[in-house]
Amino acid sequence: MNKSELIEALAEELKVPLRDASSAATTILDAMADALANGESIEIRGFGSFVVKEYGSYYGRNPKTGEKIKVKPKKLPFFKVGKELKEQVNNPAK
Amino acid sequence: MKRSNLTRKELAQLINEKIGFSQRSAGELVDTVFDVLKKTLLKGDSIKLVQFGTFTVRNKSSRVGRNPRTGETMEISKRNMVSFRPSKVVRERLNSE
Repeated sequence: MNKSELIEALAEELKVPLRDASSAATTILDAMADALANGESIEIRGFGSFVVKEYGSYYGRNPKTGEKIKVKPKKLPFFKVGKELKEQVNNPAK
Repeated sequence: MKRSNLTRKELAQLINEKIGFSQRSAGELVDTVFDVLKKTLLKGDSIKLVQFGTFTVRNKSSRVGRNPRTGETMEISKRNMVSFRPSKVVRERLNSE
């Protein structure tokens, strides 16, 4: 599924014009992307949460050449699946 | 310093302010968005949202694990899990300051 398919599904479920579904999806996704980009967390009940983790710098190796390289400190968002979704994804029958 | 946390409530407020949906239908809308995403993942499909990131359902096969407390070996059954990879834009913005 991509964004336009999400918008179509939304418009159909809510019986709203595509234009409204589209601006709503954009508003939500932008707000979520902004939150992560600012290092903030997101928590959606029943779905999951996103938390930004910080890594210090470390020495890694280029797996192809074996060369040692220094990896700079970085931040990376992590998604933790919500309990409900986690259970359902393992019991597709329900 | 308290880190802010984005929830359903703030998203609904944004929809209300920006698009003019009533508080109530804005809340419904946010719920529907995550319902649709959930249903898609439950079908086993992945979701690619270019500006935000990609969700995929991964099938993990069963493996032999160990109870770290007792040292006992046991089989961990096969399972599905949802993984998320943030988009390049998000990763770059996060590390740009």
